[in-house]
Amino acid sequence: SSTEVSFHTKPCKLHKLDSGPNTSVTLNKEDALKYYRDMQVIRRMESAAGNLYKEKKIRGFCHLYSGQEACAVGMKAAMTEGDAVITAYRCHGWTWLLGATVTEVLAELTGRIAGNVHGKGGSMHMYTKNFYGGNGIVGAQQPLGAGVALAMKYREQKNVCVTLYGDGAANQGQLFEATNMAKLWDLPVLFVCENNGFGMGTAVERASASTEYYTRGDYVPGIWVDGMDILAVREATKWAKEYCDSGKGPLMMEMATYRYHGHSMSDPGTSYRSREEIQEVRKTRDPITGFKDRIITSSLATEEELKAIDKEVRKEVDEALKIATSDGVLPPEALYTDIYHNTPAQTIRGATIDETIVQPYKTSADLLKAIGRA
Amino acid sequence: STMTVRDALNQAMDEEIKRDDRVFLLGEEVAQYDGAYKISKGLWKKHGDKRIIDTPITEMGFAGIAVGAAFAGLRPICEFMTFNFSMQAIDQIINSAAKTYYMSAGRVPVPIVFRGPNGAAAGVAAQHSQDYSAWYAHCPGLKVVTPYSAEDAKGLLKASIRDDNPVVFLENEILYGQSFPVSDEVLSDDFVVPIGKAKIERSGDHVTIVSYSRGVEFSLEAAKQLESIGVSAEVINLRSLRPFDFESIRQSVHKTHHLISVETGWPFAGIGAEIAAQVMESDVFDQLDSPLLRVTGVDVPMPYAHTLEQAALPTTEHVVKAVKKSLNIQ
Repeated sequence: SSTEVSFHTKPCKLHKLDSGPNTSVTLNKEDALKYYRDMQVIRRMESAAGNLYKEKKIRGFCHLYSGQEACAVGMKAAMTEGDAVITAYRCHGWTWLLGATVTEVLAELTGRIAGNVHGKGGSMHMYTKNFYGGNGIVGAQQPLGAGVALAMKYREQKNVCVTLYGDGAANQGQLFEATNMAKLWDLPVLFVCENNGFGMGTAVERASASTEYYTRGDYVPGIWVDGMDILAVREATKWAKEYCDSGKGPLMMEMATYRYHGHSMSDPGTSYRSREEIQEVRKTRDPITGFKDRIITSSLATEEELKAIDKEVRKEVDEALKIATSDGVLPPEALYTDIYHNTPAQTIRGATIDETIVQPYKTSADLLKAIGRA
Repeated sequence: STMTVRDALNQAMDEEIKRDDRVFLLGEEVAQYDGAYKISKGLWKKHGDKRIIDTPITEMGFAGIAVGAAFAGLRPICEFMTFNFSMQAIDQIINSAAKTYYMSAGRVPVPIVFRGPNGAAAGVAAQHSQDYSAWYAHCPGLKVVTPYSAEDAKGLLKASIRDDNPVVFLENEILYGQSFPVSDEVLSDDFVVPIGKAKIERSGDHVTIVSYSRGVEFSLEAAKQLESIGVSAEVINLRSLRPFDFESIRQSVHKTHHLISVETGWPFAGIGAEIAAQVMESDVFDQLDSPLLRVTGVDVPMPYAHTLEQAALPTTEHVVKAVKKSLNIQ
């Protein structure tokens, strides 16, 4: 596993920078297998989520990440201890990468106790250490991420906050506000636009006067990255982290990527693009297939090894699915938990005055303990 | 000794910034300019750039940054030059600050204070003269604190900064310069007033007047006038709207059997309306010898001209009148 193989990546486009990330990158066997596995887990987990949704076992909104795996796995591969992430609603893959189990993600989608937040947040609201959600309001996470970065600078940590948003959210005024302050105060924040081509059902050209998202920080330098190539993403993120660590402040990154599913499960995703277009991307630019070909051709992995990983991943997701569809739901008392932190029990008004109640458990943690699920 | 509300707020922040290195203040003109209303006067010179941060004019952005810093374990005090501008940032206050603890099943506490002047100012017309008490009090997950006196200002602000939840701290510009007598206890650096408890500002037997913030001033003046005609009024200063101390109102009305609410905000779905609803739904209803009466701001946007502005706001006279009506005094 000590053998390293070199690969070439598409060069980054640069905005207000003299030089950018290397186009020559190296990869060892161990990392190759890990990245492959991570991308497959996300792909498989999202397929499972899609099926659960069609079976009506998931309520409300459900936004899938399939097609964009190289972005999350590549960025995570370059992150170091203490780095943080915040994103919008397309958050299942990130939640898993930042430490939740597949079971915790899928069971959150089905609203079960085993879920990441035991069914109180659902598809768009999941959290782990250094992962600040899962935010349902398009654009709100941009200043929030800058705020996490402010805390890092305040504590003199050598870390960055990866602040993700889609091409749709790139047009929110909050990005302009957050970028301005991040640059004024040189906050260690990476503003990452995952450009998958469409904000809900509107193509980027119809929503953005400039679709060069990596340049839209104006005075903040930026790089365009091939978001379908995990190695390009990893290399660019490493480079971007060094940029931030050196105290230069924020950096804009545009990850050129693609989503296979509709915006959410309620969108068949075919009214604003053709099925042929999706098939073409799957065939020629798929982040997992492309990576698989590369590591097999370069002898970093064998077909058999990858098949074994596929099998393992399938097993992990299937087992998670079992729990996500069979676990219990929180008892009704959970309605009243987690209103305030470290505050005496509150009286909570019910639908009628007769159903007004003093919080039986102040936090979900207390409730879980009481029902033997802590 | 006496102290102004302005000095009380300044002292509260100064002490808490010194006490806890996670506490910092950010907002428009809070540092080098000493605050638009001089609430943060001297703090930047004393505590420096790291703890007292001037922001550009960008409410949604800096409110969001403050909430993000709270997610990550700092304890920001986010000043709005006035709460009128908080409307630009209300998504960050409600959706990001107030709901995250619940949505995260307790994983992500959000210890932050949003503070600044609220309610009618003088001569600044509709967009700069508005009371947000009912707006914020409407939302679960927030604590909403409404100080009246210097004692309230100091003790409640310190409690808010030490609280592990998002607190909306609604000050009143007109009260900033007012002096109040304060005890030595108030001056000490560990004086805190618990959030969620009302204060009986004046006890009485014939009628209960419930108010908060500047309304307490009208209520106390009214109580004084009423004394001369033999009416003994109890004045309750709510101090916080969320949590809401209905128990203090309940106990008082059990004694007085008459209830008046006083607020400077709009009547529709206002705090008085909430009190009326809670009265109707409790045993307090049976204790009343006459219906609850509300004294509120007039149900119009705030006009500019002085006479019209005065006519849009409740006064001591309105409170006196309401009490007389309640007690059937001609």
